[in-house]
Amino acid sequence: MKKFLAVLMILCMAVSLFACAEKFDPAKKSEGVMTYAEYDAAAMDAEVVIEAYVQATQSWWDNKITAYLQDPDGAYFCYEMACSEADAAKLTKGTKIKVTGTKGAWAGEIEIMDAKFEFVESEKWVAEATDVTDLLGKDELIKHQNKYVTFKGLTVSKVEYKNGEPGDDIYVTVSKDGAEYSFCVERYLTDPDTAVYKAVGELQAGDTVDIEGFLYWYEGVNTHITGVTKN
Amino acid sequence: MKRYICAFLALILCLACLSGCHGSKRQELFEIPAEFDTSKQYEITFWAKNDTNMTQVAIYKKAVADFEALYPNIKVTLRLYTDYSRIFNDVITNISTGTTPNVCITYPDHIATYLTGDNTVVPLDELMADERFGLGGSEVRFESPRQDEIIEKYLAEGIIGDEHYALPFLRSTEACYVNKTFVEKLGFTLPETLTWDFIWQVCEKAVEKDADGNFIVNGQKTLIPCIYKSTDNMMIQALRQQGADYSTAEGEIGLFNDTTKEFLLGIAAHTKNGEFSTFKISSYPANFLNAGQCIFAIDSTAGATWMGSDAPLIDIAEDRLVRFETSVMTVPQFDTENPTMISQGPSVCVFNKPDNGEVLASWLFAQYLLTNEVQIAYAQTEGYVPVTSKAQNSPEYLDYLSREGEDNDMYYDIKLKATKLTLEYTEKTFVTPVFNGSASLRNAAGQLIEEVTKGARRGRTVDSAFVDSLYDEMTSLYRLDGIGAGSGEKADLGPLPPTAVALISLIAATWVLIGVYVLVQTLKKRKNQGNT
Repeated sequence: MKKFLAVLMILCMAVSLFACAEKFDPAKKSEGVMTYAEYDAAAMDAEVVIEAYVQATQSWWDNKITAYLQDPDGAYFCYEMACSEADAAKLTKGTKIKVTGTKGAWAGEIEIMDAKFEFVESEKWVAEATDVTDLLGKDELIKHQNKYVTFKGLTVSKVEYKNGEPGDDIYVTVSKDGAEYSFCVERYLTDPDTAVYKAVGELQAGDTVDIEGFLYWYEGVNTHITGVTKN
Repeated sequence: MKRYICAFLALILCLACLSGCHGSKRQELFEIPAEFDTSKQYEITFWAKNDTNMTQVAIYKKAVADFEALYPNIKVTLRLYTDYSRIFNDVITNISTGTTPNVCITYPDHIATYLTGDNTVVPLDELMADERFGLGGSEVRFESPRQDEIIEKYLAEGIIGDEHYALPFLRSTEACYVNKTFVEKLGFTLPETLTWDFIWQVCEKAVEKDADGNFIVNGQKTLIPCIYKSTDNMMIQALRQQGADYSTAEGEIGLFNDTTKEFLLGIAAHTKNGEFSTFKISSYPANFLNAGQCIFAIDSTAGATWMGSDAPLIDIAEDRLVRFETSVMTVPQFDTENPTMISQGPSVCVFNKPDNGEVLASWLFAQYLLTNEVQIAYAQTEGYVPVTSKAQNSPEYLDYLSREGEDNDMYYDIKLKATKLTLEYTEKTFVTPVFNGSASLRNAAGQLIEEVTKGARRGRTVDSAFVDSLYDEMTSLYRLDGIGAGSGEKADLGPLPPTAVALISLIAATWVLIGVYVLVQTLKKRKNQGNT
């Protein structure tokens, strides 16, 4: 009987603990933090405070880091945030941070400038790639700016190394439905030792590919490629 | 006992000597070798900068190949950059590991920082003057320019202290690329020499909008009438033109003065009105100019191929291009009777190495970059000018200059106009003093403009107090109170490191023990003498 009671109590405690545990909500924001909709509506040059999850970072340099952030509602590009080398190492995929900076636009890219950040205790969250293939060439595409996205069935028109040889960025021109778009392998995001850098370097004009990356903007769509699959 | 004491003292002395040697591996001064050993293979590295221009890359590669054909025992490995600051950062990193390149494109400001290392950069005076391997030397295997064939003004820009540490490679200045069509549409006529007053007058008129919120002059929602690419140059030129302080040759900082403040407050007022922005804040002036969204785009003459409706290099979609007439003018002036502008462009330095032969090989390659073949080819890629009279006066180059506008590629009229502006105003150009910290001062000069521009855009009150606070912030950020002659005080280097303290203690203890030993021996000797 004693054994039975003990097992029953343990079971009850376990069930009650489970019931108490709060379900993880990746969209949840701390007090005083903007929702994505509020950030999106904020005027240029306004101060913004956001919380989101690191999806990738460019290489740390000169106490600064550039980060691609996302939450379930939208994405943010934080350009050259103040960051120590030690903190840069902690900005791993899925890590939640709170960013305070100024909303700006550079060559069409909406970004957070002059930002500083702090870590927020949270479970990790990683965005699934949004398929935006059908939005290429349409005005709606920009609504997904900075998100982790995928494009299916693009045709490679041209692959050019920025300096004519491996080492720096790779400029990739792709086409769909007769229109061409400029994408890029950003060497500070995916350096020449990464699989994607090598895979893109081997692409030939005429190849059909699926591309994943961050929907960056430079005078038009200029996806920073993080993955490529040849069909 | 004596043996123990002797052994102990010897050990301490050895340790002291060894400790003293650690970390002081000196780079020996370079000496020109008696002969250049052509039987020995040399591998040298050349870190080069291009303007994201593949023709420039091709010229570097051809120069390397042609040089290697002349000197089969020298292999040159090219590493390409598109940003001076990245080269600077990589060189600094590699100085500490002893893995600097052999030859490097750089700015004299950066060399001043490299020179804080131990014989890191080779002084070039002796090399330039050497009868065999120097400029125009008898044993140089190519048609090298003589020293007097390098434009004196440009050569002098490589002097740091009393010696040349850099050869000029190419030179450019800044120009204002003007949408003349819009200026005239707004009812103005371009003056012979552009002034800031004129620019602001046009800008004030340009920001007028119609009832739908479109700018009247371009019918678009976007217009930034004046965009400056390099705000450090903007500040430096404004101060020079007004005879205001920036820094002395010795490195005394004069940047934070009332003329600077007045200039900054003017910029803030015009920014608030939507008339002004910078590359760092908004993007390339050329993109706005070509889209009809900018009237005064101020950038390097080495950016000319990106400017204008027919520019050979364009970054915006074709459907955004607007047709207009472009005028290439000097940067805005304060004193139209005495126009001045910055001299800029890449220079070349040679890094020291333990093998004098390797340094000589590096020098020969650096010198090769001054041949007509390289100078003329590279100058034609942008609004650069060759740095030698030998190249500038060559029939090939004069023919190039005479063909302005023949096509929109090699002879693109805006590029040729920018080149001619650089040539015409060579004697009106200037450079800022170079000293350890001058690169930081330059950054601070630009950052002042960036900060007031951001402040004004962000609705902050940019007034005298704002600027005073900015002066303090910049002084601290760029550590300007501790450089050059400006500090006037000895720097506090902090406490000695523990290893140094231990070493000094050990040496002191050794001397005490020696003293004790000598004293004991003397006393013993006296005692023995007394006994006998």
